Amino acid sequence: MTLHDLYLLWPPMALVGTGLLVIGLDLLLRDKRSLPVVALAGLGVALAGGLTLWGTVQDAGPQVGIFGTLRVDSFSLFFTFLFIAATALVVLASQPVVHQMGRWHGEYYALVLFASSGMMLLASAAEFITLYIALELTALPVAALAAFSPDRRSREAGVKFLVLSAFSSALLLYGMVLVYAFTGSTRLDAIAAAVVATPLDTGVPLGSWALLGGAVLMAAGFGFKISSVPFQMWVPDVYEGAPTPITAYLSVASKAAGFAALLRVFSTVFGAAPLQEQWALLFAGLAAASMTVGNLVAMLQNNVKRLLAYSTIAHAGYILVGVAAVSARAPEQASTGPAGVLFYLAGYTLTNLAVFFGVIAITTKVGGETIDDLAGLWRRSPWVALALTFSLVSLLGIPPTIGFWAKLYIFGAAVQTGLAWLAVVGVVNSVLSAYYYLRVVRAMFLVPPKEATPLPTSPSVGAALAVSAAAVLFYGILPFPLLRLAEIAARVGGI
Amino acid sequence: MLTATVFLPLVGALAIALFLSQPRQVRWFAAAVGIADFVLATLVFAGYDRQAGGLQWVERITGWVPSLKVEYYLGVDGLSATLVLLTGLLGLAAIFASWSIQERVKEYFAWLLVLQTAVMGVFTSLDFVLFFLFWELELIPMYFLIAIWGSGRREYSAVKFLVFTLTGSAFMLVGLLVVFFSTGTFNMADLAGLTGPGLDPQELLLPARVVWALFFIAFAVKLPIWPLHTWLPDAHTDAPTAVSVMLAGVLLKMGGYGLIRVNASMFPQVTQEAAFLLAVLGVVNIVYGAMVVFRQQDMKRLIAYSSISHMGLVVLGIASLRGVEGQVSPLGLTGAALQMFTHGTITGLLFVMVGLMYERTHTRYIPDLGGLARKMPFIATIFVAGALASLGLPSTSGFVAELTTLMGTFPVWGLLTALGALGIVLAAGYLLWLLQRSLFGPLPERWHHHPLSDATGVEKVAPLLLTTAIFVVGLFPAVVADTLTVGIEAIIQGRFT
Repeated sequence: MTLHDLYLLWPPMALVGTGLLVIGLDLLLRDKRSLPVVALAGLGVALAGGLTLWGTVQDAGPQVGIFGTLRVDSFSLFFTFLFIAATALVVLASQPVVHQMGRWHGEYYALVLFASSGMMLLASAAEFITLYIALELTALPVAALAAFSPDRRSREAGVKFLVLSAFSSALLLYGMVLVYAFTGSTRLDAIAAAVVATPLDTGVPLGSWALLGGAVLMAAGFGFKISSVPFQMWVPDVYEGAPTPITAYLSVASKAAGFAALLRVFSTVFGAAPLQEQWALLFAGLAAASMTVGNLVAMLQNNVKRLLAYSTIAHAGYILVGVAAVSARAPEQASTGPAGVLFYLAGYTLTNLAVFFGVIAITTKVGGETIDDLAGLWRRSPWVALALTFSLVSLLGIPPTIGFWAKLYIFGAAVQTGLAWLAVVGVVNSVLSAYYYLRVVRAMFLVPPKEATPLPTSPSVGAALAVSAAAVLFYGILPFPLLRLAEIAARVGGI
Repeated sequence: MLTATVFLPLVGALAIALFLSQPRQVRWFAAAVGIADFVLATLVFAGYDRQAGGLQWVERITGWVPSLKVEYYLGVDGLSATLVLLTGLLGLAAIFASWSIQERVKEYFAWLLVLQTAVMGVFTSLDFVLFFLFWELELIPMYFLIAIWGSGRREYSAVKFLVFTLTGSAFMLVGLLVVFFSTGTFNMADLAGLTGPGLDPQELLLPARVVWALFFIAFAVKLPIWPLHTWLPDAHTDAPTAVSVMLAGVLLKMGGYGLIRVNASMFPQVTQEAAFLLAVLGVVNIVYGAMVVFRQQDMKRLIAYSSISHMGLVVLGIASLRGVEGQVSPLGLTGAALQMFTHGTITGLLFVMVGLMYERTHTRYIPDLGGLARKMPFIATIFVAGALASLGLPSTSGFVAELTTLMGTFPVWGLLTALGALGIVLAAGYLLWLLQRSLFGPLPERWHHHPLSDATGVEKVAPLLLTTAIFVVGLFPAVVADTLTVGIEAIIQGRFT
């Protein structure tokens, strides 16, 4: 391992180091309030590393390290920034929840940081085994965090996540084995070269049964991570049971990591011309199914966290529209698909975090999680109600929010690559989703409150909510800076 | 200038939300914003150079979202300048018509002003995405305005309105994406042939008819064209007065405007092919709407259906683009545009008057009313004037618009136009019957000891404003017709010959 390798590992290493430091401080300190501050400082160090690396990558091109297993480029750095932002906001919003639980402060923040470092590695893995290890490094801390609350539902959520996560990992591993058997390598670039060099059987999709099986099994493995239909069964229970900040974390960061790995693997390994169009159909089908199932079932929910769980399934579908658009084009044809996926992920991360922070701000005070518990919130806590409404409008995709641009971009990519039908399915689904997002808005603004006492928001949650909602508005009016970043990341990433 | 006209109400709304709290202050501040915006809108309209024509007051910032070539691009031609004036006028009338709102005053006026920004934005945007952005933005204030301050089944109506419009705009979104990825531009002026060669149907990724239909559905919902009209009576009935005014007065015009600006201008061939369909739908709207009116016992519902009937005339006017022997006369389309302006002022006025009567009697159920003219002469007079304008009495703007449309359409669709003209006869019937049942005859027993008062000073502002507009346009149609003709001729020239 050279110094250069360590340099490339700066952001994830910083997080692991901070995690250990937090555990150590937890033993020494009586006052636990400094722990989140230390975690935030560690994220700052990671951010500094990310920015430095960004400079290097812009000057000298993608950096490969640790025997070719790690590839740091604009694509992986885009996700590094995304994870840092999401983790920082989640750490901020966790404070009252962890305080309420009253134990294991250090472990909580450390696990969040470890999971985040796993996600960063996942986004830059250039080799199957590294990818697999990074995936597990992400999944195990999250499973522990899901089980963190003392109540029974939380334990159940943790176990469920652990078992199903192991199941999906097995599928992914099996898919990787098939691809390895066919190509004789675990490195993505070597596999891609082997796929192109081998004469393919034109009668079979993707050119050979082994590749097809590998692709389908890997898609299933990633499908679990990104919570796409039909691998979504765990989502509602785990989301409902896990502590709300962890639910938020699962719904954005964990999902973004899954998409990062999926995009990287599929567009590198199956990047050749005829293959792309074949797996496009696979993802187009998954996209249509996820959007429709997610939205339809969400309409029936009364628990806000379950409702949002189904909403994230639907959003996985919207993002998959972009993934399908990435692959449906001929390689020489420029597509807005990849940039669309990255931009959507960033927009969705900010928006969904804001939504969950709004929910945290309320549920920690009201003590219930159903839509009825939100009744008359407008009277009791107007700013939270306003921010939450605005974020829901963003999920719905109505301007002036970042969600509008994200949908415009991603459906545009579908139309551009000849998947206009998928865009139609997508916009029809957006209309369906209006029904249940509005139910939440309706409860807050139209239903009279049960009690009239104001609900004060804890400062750290308030700050997290304010930052994320302000970002939703800012990028809703000026999407350009973020869009530009997504475009650079998508282009240089070789996708 | 346009930026100021569009965003002034929004700034006003923010100021209300952040700084004001006393209902009295809020009302007067909103009124001040409304007046200022009306003045701006008038300046835009009056300052439009009719000799020069074309796009004016253009404001353009390229590079807003460079990767999609989305620009901040505002501008008006004769058509949109007139609609900007209409929006300014009705926005002001709506603010004064809201004077009696007591509940959550601050939020109410803030949403009302946001709504005005959205509509102004729709009429002035020349970038397709910007257009769509304002189009969607309009939904949020409308939802809250109907759902919170409405009456009856207000939440049901608010959601129904939202779902219908969202579905329509979903089709529009796909349509505009197809147009963008076929042509590489969101520039509506170029696509409509105002500043460029227009859209070439051969370039499109999908058949031109399909794309035309995608847009048509969106605008047909808004207009509304039968059978997509069912949200309108509900929304109107349950909305507060001022929102009905905005809804009938300007929101429906967004549909008509879209049909002309997008369907007719960007797809002239398809529009000509579909002209028969349009003419039939227009006549169905006119006759069906008028027939249903006769069954209504609720005054607001009655006017809502009469709106459907009157907006049918707009569709019929657009159908005249079929032309006769390859010659397209601008008369029909000018009539349609005039009808949009006119209907906005007249129906706005009728809703204001119904609102005033409702505040006094707390009923809109016609059989409960009668003989009100004796107790409230001012309201009765203006209501009669509005109704007469609505049935197309000469010297009112209603007459001018109907005459122009029918004259423009008759050479193209003789029989259908004759059928459509039936709507005018029916309108005379139901409106006079409405006046008779509500204002005249003996005062029912229940109102004898009821303190029914006439309109107060502030309440007179909106009616007088709108009545003035109706008679000014009725007596001197050139005031708006000149500007409209400049816009319409530019749209027709080169695209329909």
